Amino acid sequence: MKGQRYIWIERRLYPSLRMEVLAAILSILLALLAIGVLFGVVGVDPLFVYRRIFMGAFGSLFGLSETIVKAIPLMLVGVGLTLAFRARMWNIGAEGQLLMGAIAATGVALTFPDLPAGVLLPAMFVAGFVGGALWGLIPALLKVYFRANEVLTSLMLVYVASEAVNYLVYGPWRGPEEMGFPLTSKFSPAAQLPRLLNTRIHYLTLLLALLLAVLVYLLVRRTRLGYEIRVTGENPTAARYAGMDYTKIVLLVMLLSGGLAGLAGVGEVAGIHHRMHYPAGISPGYGFTAIIVAWLARLNPLAAILTAFLLGGLLVGGHSIQIALGLPVATIHIFNGVILLFVLGGELFTRYQIRLKRRPEP
Amino acid sequence: MVDFVLSVLRVAIPAGTPLLFGTLGEVYAERSGVLNLGIEGMMIMGAMTGFGVTHATGNVWLGVVAAALVGGLLALLHAFTSVTLRVNQVVSGLGLTMLGLGLSGMLGKRYIGQPPAARLGAVTLPVLSDLPVLGSLFFRFDPLVYLAVILVPVLWFVLYKTRWGVTLRSVGENPAAADALGVNVVAVRYLAVFFGGVMAGLGGGYLSLAHTPAWIEGMTAGAGWIVIALTIFAMWDPARALVGAYLFGGVRVLQFRLQPLGISPNLLNMLPFILTILVLLLSAGETMRKRIGAPEALMQPYAREE
Repeated sequence: MKGQRYIWIERRLYPSLRMEVLAAILSILLALLAIGVLFGVVGVDPLFVYRRIFMGAFGSLFGLSETIVKAIPLMLVGVGLTLAFRARMWNIGAEGQLLMGAIAATGVALTFPDLPAGVLLPAMFVAGFVGGALWGLIPALLKVYFRANEVLTSLMLVYVASEAVNYLVYGPWRGPEEMGFPLTSKFSPAAQLPRLLNTRIHYLTLLLALLLAVLVYLLVRRTRLGYEIRVTGENPTAARYAGMDYTKIVLLVMLLSGGLAGLAGVGEVAGIHHRMHYPAGISPGYGFTAIIVAWLARLNPLAAILTAFLLGGLLVGGHSIQIALGLPVATIHIFNGVILLFVLGGELFTRYQIRLKRRPEP
Repeated sequence: MVDFVLSVLRVAIPAGTPLLFGTLGEVYAERSGVLNLGIEGMMIMGAMTGFGVTHATGNVWLGVVAAALVGGLLALLHAFTSVTLRVNQVVSGLGLTMLGLGLSGMLGKRYIGQPPAARLGAVTLPVLSDLPVLGSLFFRFDPLVYLAVILVPVLWFVLYKTRWGVTLRSVGENPAAADALGVNVVAVRYLAVFFGGVMAGLGGGYLSLAHTPAWIEGMTAGAGWIVIALTIFAMWDPARALVGAYLFGGVRVLQFRLQPLGISPNLLNMLPFILTILVLLLSAGETMRKRIGAPEALMQPYAREE
């Protein structure tokens, strides 16, 4: 058996950027292929699906503007999640943090309708950040002081936040003129974010999201704190030996990722709906889709800008298929799930390389 | 008082049964070292498939089998990513849940509002069902309730008293040592994850074929996530899973009882999720005190060093 060739999979120490980008693109393409097959099996022409997604999301100015509209919350939440995931805090509850942000901002908007926009809007953003941050802080505290699994606690809080929204819009906050619909009254004009021309792009939130992406990037790459976050995630034991404060890191990343999700909630109520809806009306699961945004960006906040647009486009395109075929809203989760699984599989190619080796001769 | 307890149990046991199925399965999967966060997705697919197959064939048992199989098949996907590809188990499980929620929504659309073609009815057991009081309360459930109860001692026995159980636990505690002793770590993990999926699928099937008898989009409503918390609460022990599942079934009773008092149904809907968090806190403390922890190799992919 001398000199026999065999396949050997070895770990790459430093995955190259080119490889990562290639793997990300390839995994999305493969995921789309799989989704096509899935639709094909159910009897829907896959080509129709692809055309519809692409044209729906990027084929018209309206589609493009809607893609940007969806990218705004995805970017805010996704950027925050890159931070949490870097520290290996599995914040799966961003959806709940987003809803708490929406509640806090709505509370401010309904309580002080007569304040000038220059005061009211910033106050709503601050309230939304605080609302989301506090909601994100709960799983962090439970993790640090009770060792409770943050995946579960943060997720359970999504259901609690969602019922809190329901409680408010069906109960104390229901607008008297909404004829029994579960909606709050429309915000005063001062509490409405300006939009770009006749699109729904609330550009102030977009600018805020872009700015925060850059800031979070700088925080992670250029500061001592960012270094501590990275080490804590990659090697908690080493972090502890180096005297890094685990509690501080965990609380901080959850505060920030919760806060960013809260800002996304503010953008949705103040920029899109101008009132608070029932939970699915505020967010079609941005908090969950943003997990893919962060993961696909390989936890790089700047790359998350790009992946947020991509996933935003898929949401818009998916929505247009869903309408064309009369499918339920949940259909979009198929896209989310398949893409996430393929992106995960694609990682393999960045982390390992396959080589053909020759067995040493005895 | 006795009447009250009995009436609570009569609701709590069926309400807890889907949780019991799911938890028993996840206990086995996690004992092999694989965390599967896809329970919610497998459960909802089980519910949809079970209802659909029963709708098409008119045979409720075919529906039950199909529900179990679809759960198992989806679980194999997770086994592939986490055991073979060795990628992040948290993210893979999430992907599976999203996929299940989406697929069941799309494929189940035609069943919305349809009456069930058949449902699992109560079985009467000889002698037991005729007992005064107890008979009408405890021995008039549908067959899956009894199946879940019977599985508890069986799975407990297999886990702790048989060679299979030792093998399973060794793979979850120390895969390298198990491998050195000639255990096929990959095969054991695949099998355990598949079994977990079958059980989650059964739990879903129970929902749409016996408990609610209907297909409602998103009808699992977080039950899959409660299962994951219950697995921790059960400290990876099938016997404790029974207690946890019925406890959560009991919360349903509480919801029904409190509603007439004028408490908002939205606030009552929060109860199971808040209780889940409390249960996590309690069990985390207890786990630490008793030094009985998660399987040592939970969430750690295994690759033989060469």
